[in-house]
Amino acid sequence: MTQVLVIGAGPAGLAAATAASALGADVTVLDSSYDLGGQYWRHLPSTRPTASEGILLHGFERFRELRERLENDSQVRILTLSQVWAIDRNPDTRNAGDSSVGDRWRVHVLQGVPDGHDRLALTIIPDAIVFATGAHDRTLPFTGWQLPGVFSAGAAQALAKGERVAVGSRVVVSGAGPFLLPVAASLVQAGAKVLGVYEASTISRLASGWLPRPWQLLGAPGKAAELVGYVGNHLRNRIPYRTGRAVIAAEGDGRVERVVVARLDANWAPIVGTTRTIEADAVCIGHGFTPRLELPIAVGCALSAERFVAVDHRQATSSPGVYAAGEITGIGGVDAALAEGSIAGHSAAGGSDDEAAMSRQRRLRAASTRFAARIEAAHGIRPGWSQWLTPDTLICRCEEVSYGRLCDTSAHTGSAGLRSLKLSTRAGLGICQGRVCGRTVEDLLGRLAAGGLIDTTSTDRRPIVSPIRLGELAGGTVLPPAPPPPGNTEERE
Amino acid sequence: MFDVVVIGAGIVGAACARKLAMLDRSVLVIDSGSTAGGTSSQGEGNLLLSDKAPGPELVLAQYARRLWPQLAADLADELGREFPSIEFDPKGGLVVSTTDVGASPLLAFAASQRAAGVDAQSISIAEALEREPDLNPAIGAAVFYPEDAQVQPAIATEALLASARLHGVEVRQGVEVTGVMVDGSGSVVGVHTGRGDIPCGAVVIAAGPWSARVARSFGLLVPIRPRRGMVLVTSRMPHRIFHKVYDADYVGAVESGDAALQTSSVVESTAAGTVLIGSSREQIGFDDRLNVDVLRQLASKALRLFPFLHEQPVMRAYGGFRPYMPDHLPLISADLRMPGLWHATGHEGAGIGLSIATAEMIGAAMTGTFAEIDASPFSLERASLAPFLVEAA
Repeated sequence: MTQVLVIGAGPAGLAAATAASALGADVTVLDSSYDLGGQYWRHLPSTRPTASEGILLHGFERFRELRERLENDSQVRILTLSQVWAIDRNPDTRNAGDSSVGDRWRVHVLQGVPDGHDRLALTIIPDAIVFATGAHDRTLPFTGWQLPGVFSAGAAQALAKGERVAVGSRVVVSGAGPFLLPVAASLVQAGAKVLGVYEASTISRLASGWLPRPWQLLGAPGKAAELVGYVGNHLRNRIPYRTGRAVIAAEGDGRVERVVVARLDANWAPIVGTTRTIEADAVCIGHGFTPRLELPIAVGCALSAERFVAVDHRQATSSPGVYAAGEITGIGGVDAALAEGSIAGHSAAGGSDDEAAMSRQRRLRAASTRFAARIEAAHGIRPGWSQWLTPDTLICRCEEVSYGRLCDTSAHTGSAGLRSLKLSTRAGLGICQGRVCGRTVEDLLGRLAAGGLIDTTSTDRRPIVSPIRLGELAGGTVLPPAPPPPGNTEERE
Repeated sequence: MFDVVVIGAGIVGAACARKLAMLDRSVLVIDSGSTAGGTSSQGEGNLLLSDKAPGPELVLAQYARRLWPQLAADLADELGREFPSIEFDPKGGLVVSTTDVGASPLLAFAASQRAAGVDAQSISIAEALEREPDLNPAIGAAVFYPEDAQVQPAIATEALLASARLHGVEVRQGVEVTGVMVDGSGSVVGVHTGRGDIPCGAVVIAAGPWSARVARSFGLLVPIRPRRGMVLVTSRMPHRIFHKVYDADYVGAVESGDAALQTSSVVESTAAGTVLIGSSREQIGFDDRLNVDVLRQLASKALRLFPFLHEQPVMRAYGGFRPYMPDHLPLISADLRMPGLWHATGHEGAGIGLSIATAEMIGAAMTGTFAEIDASPFSLERASLAPFLVEAA
């Protein structure tokens, strides 16, 4: 029986697990969170259910259906609180040629509470892998963004959705993209006053990508009447939505007390003389998403020019036996993720690619791809933003590396190498390993280097995917076998 | 027209270019990648005497160690405060044996080094614990090497290049050498590159583990192979490790020619507050993919030295390729097969420390002046290399 490992239990991963199981595969689906659903379907713990969940979460019924089905499927084993910390080649098949598909990779997992002291080490050697690891928020830096009270939009939303906690009482939301709207709505739902949503793209650019009523995009291309109604209602009635504006600084004594908002030109450069200060105790920032590419890079998956995992019509990556679905293949939203997940799971389980069942999924995927392109056209980051930086603005918060430091080091070394510049400035070398600032560091250093950066490394490459204690690393020499799933007798050694 | 083209913008190329420019040569440094993009940014930045047995490499290392303090001061003066510090730190090394069997070989090794002029102090376990209070007290023997030191290798490379530029050197990144130009007598008159021909009077190959590839494009065999190494980096913590601390079996691993994986523990703090844990040695070609088994071995050996690290998270692993010579000596030499061609490479894991002495040797040899130490052990003509300079049939 084909052993399929699905990494990530958001919409794409759940759809993949369902499709793979439908073809008779033995499926393991794992996620670092305490429950299924991913970032998208983040919800209150099942011990604290609420009737409004379905209103707040787009397609929550679909989620409940997928979860229930997987939980009752004896061919599927679900591993929550399970973090893949590395993938390497299986030494037993290391020297096999490329034609050998199965058993190529060892997936190293730690199961237990993150930062816990008794995490269980598991090693899984699947025949096929589906990566559905999703994306995290991209946040452009600004002066004062290291202050307590500054949140990524995703973190603010996760707190609101998962804990019903608002990050502040007077909150400003700033950034780019339709995602800012449900964030604002979640904050209102959790009891905050949202003072404004500031979208960096100008109205003319939005109009060319979309209609100037961005809540209309939330529904596209699927049906999301409740959410559109809910968000749209809030926005129209209570929250000022301003385009061509951005928070360019946060100020306060030890925490955010006010933010500075400026008007931006079409290139996202702040327009002199347009700043305005707003009293606020929290600011939520999101400038789109960065795909989590560590694992695909670890197994050698080719990336597209836009730096997503490149996949073919079967969601197969360039690495044999490895498939990818969801936001790591392009920011397409939940409908794209579900369609891609279904195709990826089907392919990973050895399904033929001309089955009729897949044609509907392929049509859905095609529509979503167009949707992703329109989001990028309307909300993609424009280079003028760097003009709101000052020499003192921190770029890497972990290592406290300022923009001035990047400029000086680049000028004095003349290096065109990301590796050398990172080591010389320490940008991106801190505990988050560049997850927050990596793309920004690359962008800024690339602009500062005379001919751009030329080395082949990238800040997305992280062979150690998440921190592991030395004791866990050392102690794992003898690994316990993964527990067999209930009711499954064909477990392999 | 340049007097010298140096191939390789790592630390050895940078040091050679700077030295040659100070000797009034016009110098161009080219690299197929970026500055400090290879081995020079992939190691810990060791300036070690402690791991070297008496012999020519130790003499070279002692020479280099005498040069480093002045070089660090000169670079700081030349480059000013806006340039990041190379973090030269004469912190000293502490070598311990974690097994009883290892104790007497370590002490004998230290005695032989003392005879060769190394400050190798056999100290008691109590003294070792005074120097490193968090060290595992269950050790068999300890030797303290006050001369061992550390630099931040990528910054040291960039600093040498920046200084070289102040002395008139030009640095071009992203320029790949594709072959050599020779005149009727077979002497070097330039190099072919992916961006056109560059006429020059001499060429120095300082391409580390890629030197064999460059030499091959010149039609010459140089027996350098890549030897992979991995280093673990922990998250930042308050300083609790004060020296370069390593297990005596490191010496055996360095001197071994075995292609199979070997690990030995080398643990130290950096200025940034992280702890670096090395090091592994594997001959697997230029394969840079992760092998978790290597990381596990590094971790367990590090815990043998410092049990308190048990709870410390590892946040990153990096690796690179050392330029490995089959007879364990660097190649710092003219190539008599092609007049005008020079080699400055093959330092295995010691190139950061040895770079500066290597540059002095190259400078002396190219200008026909006396070098401070005997250059013949590093020559391409040495007897120990002869078997490796014959093409396998």
